[in-house]
Amino acid sequence: MSCLALDIRNLEKNYGGPKVVDDLTLSIEPGEIFGLLGPNGAGKSTTINMVAGVTRIGGGTISIFGYDNRRDYRTARRLTGVMHQEIVIDNFFSIERALKIHAGYFGVVDDPAWRNLLIDRLGLRPHLGKVMFKLSGGLKRRFMIAKALVHKPRLLILDEPTAGVDVELRHTLWEFVREINTQGTTILLTTHYLEEAEQMCDRIAIMHHGKLVALEKTTDLTARHGQRHLELTLKEALTVVPDTLAQFSPRLSNDGLALELTLATDSVVGEILDRVRAAGIEVVDVDTRQPHLEDIFLQLTGIGAGNGGENHGA
Amino acid sequence: MAHDVDRLPPFNRWLPFLTLFNKEILRFLRVASQTLITPIITASLYLFVFGATLGDRISVLEGFSYAQFVIPGLILMGVINNSFANTASSLFMSRYLGNVVDLLVTPITPPQFIMAYTLAAMLRGLAVGCAVWAISTVFAGLPWVHPGAAIVMATLASFLFAQFGLIVAIIANDFDALSMYTNFLILPLIYLGGVFYPISILPPLWAKLSHLNPLFYLIDGFRHAILGVGDLSFVVAFGVVAAMATALFSIAALLIGKGYRLRS
Repeated sequence: MSCLALDIRNLEKNYGGPKVVDDLTLSIEPGEIFGLLGPNGAGKSTTINMVAGVTRIGGGTISIFGYDNRRDYRTARRLTGVMHQEIVIDNFFSIERALKIHAGYFGVVDDPAWRNLLIDRLGLRPHLGKVMFKLSGGLKRRFMIAKALVHKPRLLILDEPTAGVDVELRHTLWEFVREINTQGTTILLTTHYLEEAEQMCDRIAIMHHGKLVALEKTTDLTARHGQRHLELTLKEALTVVPDTLAQFSPRLSNDGLALELTLATDSVVGEILDRVRAAGIEVVDVDTRQPHLEDIFLQLTGIGAGNGGENHGA
Repeated sequence: MAHDVDRLPPFNRWLPFLTLFNKEILRFLRVASQTLITPIITASLYLFVFGATLGDRISVLEGFSYAQFVIPGLILMGVINNSFANTASSLFMSRYLGNVVDLLVTPITPPQFIMAYTLAAMLRGLAVGCAVWAISTVFAGLPWVHPGAAIVMATLASFLFAQFGLIVAIIANDFDALSMYTNFLILPLIYLGGVFYPISILPPLWAKLSHLNPLFYLIDGFRHAILGVGDLSFVVAFGVVAAMATALFSIAALLIGKGYRLRS
């Protein structure tokens, strides 16, 4: 039997219309931080909801540490913790009571040491006695992270955990995620913040219209698909870029005072600068920009990263 | 593979059920003014009207005061309304607010899910029924001819309406639909089911139509067990109620087992 933390094979789902997840196959090794990216409507949340058991599987299989999440759903769910994208709370209870209840739902006897660790690390201590509806949005998100972890899952799923949260929480969250990852918890996360994904994830999958369009190590993905850019600050504003630079897909900005050139993999910066000088352009400053995940995302999906794109409610 | 399961905290297979059951009790206790006090006060007002004022002027059953006649119906009305309201409002609100996903991602089984909601609803319904009975002793004593049968009938009534509440919570699309079941179905069926009058005093056609009312069997069976007399034999009433409870339980189990309107 598979030892993969998560093994998704030929996964499909539709809600009576076009497929929102279409023949998706991917796997996550134990101990990985894995990013699942894609524009709105790509099928990320539907995929995650099928893994978590919130959405029925249309076709294919999902195994969590070797346990089929339909046939062995009790074990599969014990192994999984989910922080949903939407804020989901029960207004009747305080943070402390709700955490005890959630541990109980998973058949786990309350562990005060672990519960208190979560409360302290996520800054919930001053708010323990408050009922949920009196908490701010940020505190609710912190509580949801604690809730996802209270039964000590081996696979933690974070669906847009930093959407609409402040810098402090974002920092706290990623620090804590790295910490529990080093302790052996596998992480699957979706985020619209591609920079975060680039920094956090060992591997990245990109979905578009329910299909997988990329699945690679983050470093390989940026190296293979990404292109370096040469950013030049010019002494005098340029209105028209000389034809001799056309092959570098030139882009003017800052009222003609900034010129960006896209480099081929084997381009030599010195040679390009010689061509620029030969064209009579005086350069004040030079900067090279390494490929970013955002560029690749744009290239693979054809949609501006983080701009929301079309929304199919996935 | 086993390594990862071994690293999990020990699993208590009954804890998900006990936690949900406990949470449901805490939920209705947190809003006891709505869930316990209000129905008890409402029933007390009925008791006052029929026990201390009008009751002396009305006689519908030979050998018993009107208060004695009406009290079993009022007890059962409390049981029915509150058992139904508990499951219906709790599960519907969970669906409406989205926090039902907190349960869907857990290892709780469909039978545990149903029984936790059901038992908490039964507890609330029977607690209100007991309170109504306790208050009723101020106005009239009851003979309790077959106390065991009365307890069985009240328990079945609470079970049956807890199942109905679960079904309504799943199929209702909005608050209007939810209140429609209470106001336009359960309430008329209770009032026309013989809480305030014996079916035998109705004209023949209405008496026959009343036999189509499932609440009639519940109320008559419960009253029969307490007073020793009724429009039907207790066995018939019990049989019909048990059949209805089984049917509604089967429907609720089917819906929840399939995750109908719970899982997308």
